[in-house]
Amino acid sequence: MGITAWTYLIVTLSFGLYIGVAIWSRASSTKEFYVAGKGVSPLANGMATAADWMSAASFISMAGMISFLGYDGSVYLMGWTGGYVLLALLLAPYLRKFGKFTVPDFVGDRYESQTARVVAVVCAIFVSLTYVGGQMRGVGIVFSQFLEVPVKQGVLIGMAIVFMYAVLGGMKGITYTQVAQYCVLILAYLVPAIFISILIAGNPIPQIGFGGAEVSTGELLLDKLDRLHTELGFAAYTEGSRDKLDMFFITAALMLGTAGLPHVIVRFYTVPRVRDARTSVAWALVFIAILYTTAPAVAVFARTNLLNTVSGQPYESVPDWFTRWEESALIRFDDVNGDGLIQYLGPNAEAANELEIDRDIMVLANPEIANLPAWVVGLVAAGGLAAALSTAAGLLLVISTSISHDLLKRGFRRGISEKGELVAARVSAAFAVVLAGYLGISELGFVAQVVAFAFGLAASSFFPAILLGIFSKRMNKQGAISGMVCGIAFTAAYIVYFKWVNPEANTPDRWLFGVSPEGIGTVGMGINFAVATIVSRLTPPPSKAVQDLVEDIRIPRGAGEAHEIQA
Amino acid sequence: MSGIERRAEYWSQNVRYVVALLSVWFAVSYGCGILFVEPLNRIRLPGSGFKLGFWFAQQGSIYVFVALVFVYVRLMNRLDREYDVAED
Repeated sequence: MGITAWTYLIVTLSFGLYIGVAIWSRASSTKEFYVAGKGVSPLANGMATAADWMSAASFISMAGMISFLGYDGSVYLMGWTGGYVLLALLLAPYLRKFGKFTVPDFVGDRYESQTARVVAVVCAIFVSLTYVGGQMRGVGIVFSQFLEVPVKQGVLIGMAIVFMYAVLGGMKGITYTQVAQYCVLILAYLVPAIFISILIAGNPIPQIGFGGAEVSTGELLLDKLDRLHTELGFAAYTEGSRDKLDMFFITAALMLGTAGLPHVIVRFYTVPRVRDARTSVAWALVFIAILYTTAPAVAVFARTNLLNTVSGQPYESVPDWFTRWEESALIRFDDVNGDGLIQYLGPNAEAANELEIDRDIMVLANPEIANLPAWVVGLVAAGGLAAALSTAAGLLLVISTSISHDLLKRGFRRGISEKGELVAARVSAAFAVVLAGYLGISELGFVAQVVAFAFGLAASSFFPAILLGIFSKRMNKQGAISGMVCGIAFTAAYIVYFKWVNPEANTPDRWLFGVSPEGIGTVGMGINFAVATIVSRLTPPPSKAVQDLVEDIRIPRGAGEAHEIQA
Repeated sequence: MSGIERRAEYWSQNVRYVVALLSVWFAVSYGCGILFVEPLNRIRLPGSGFKLGFWFAQQGSIYVFVALVFVYVRLMNRLDREYDVAED
């Protein structure tokens, strides 16, 4: 059986599994189930959170980014895991005690303000849409690979599937579907990683293998990459070239954004007790860390394999995968000096580079580069789709409930019927899919970079508003609203200016304090904190009722029943 | 001691735990992984080819994060019982 046949088979089987689980869990996760005080177990919720969280960016794009960036890619590893420490220590237990359904619910009730609620809704939609856009490009790349179509068509096919999956099918009880998706995606990530680790480093544990020696040459892998990188004109793999201050700001923006992402926060309403919310974050982080500690190993193996098989080789004898990715234009070769050999060179080299490789293809191409069996390639495609679909579903749920629940039911149309709420949710999810597909097609950049912007926006809006709402009794609505507005407006303006209005100016010497658009969310968060604190001191303190509410969420006892938002 | 004072004491103990654990969180990621990465890179992780700073940035910090969250869960479960604010 060939690669295409295996891919169809495994992808179909995995979809069958998700549909089966969805039908089974629909019966057992009705509202009564939650009212009965059961909720989802912390372990299952941790797994669902991990699937919700680990998107196409984590699965497809991240190891590829790291394999090109080397040490500089560490920002994604630390940033996307370190945020869970903040979530566990600063936010999740208190939001679980607060109960309710969504993040705008908390903001609206804590700050006793319809305006604050609407500002939070707008921020949630803005953050989630940027994020879904990144997923769509990821799905497009997976489809372009195994259906052999251009990325744009791949995005359109992905839109159709997400539409059926999330909009027509409804999203009741997505928790257990996400548990199944986690299992598929982690299997799809680990199997090729272990295979390749055995082949290259002779060690079945990738996390240890990439610190070892290459079996064929006996040279330490990381030393070999440092040497090859320097010879070919790239920055040394383990040292990188990004400015230290910028590394600092990007890592912080990703961590703070993680803690402020609405689709992750809502997951902690589904567990029975406050202490389960704490445990649940811990499990989520374990499940995420399994992938995140494997990713840098995959990056090193992929880089070594790529340089071994491509660099300096004759173009005539390139392997199949090379030609196939060339067809979808994600690999481009131009024989500048006409010698028939592939010169793959970095920015510090004197001769011209002849090869362009899209970073997003590395994880998908890796099993083929390493000559792994065809079924492994199919498994990786299924894993990539699981990652993209589970995250897209979680995000669409946030977008549609933001509109139907926060904006209409708790906002402008209080009398709305349950059926009306459902219709509004479906319509807004459909709009979101179309808009996200448009973002995915317009090629904003690499999946992980697009997603990184969503984090900057979340860091600069929600994180301070929620944190101050819990840890400061003095924080009032005037402070919170002005903080959120200033924070997200500054961050969005900075990103839009450097990425779309004036992309030529996107160079380190033009950046404010040398902070790149990826890291500016940290500055936006600082602005949010400063504005909120100053404004709240100049305006009256919140009511006694709110101060009592803050007292109450700090104590675990008396938490209400578990919830899962549905649409 | 009154209920209100007990609650305040519970909260300040919680905040002390959070500050202590977040100091470790900051030290392993921003400290070992970014600010002091060059000096640490002169040392190799014993028994492997990893430069220490690079290892902290791509592996070590993540392991410590996981440990920190589990430590917090344990500390808080004990504190909840001690101050009788636990559920059930």
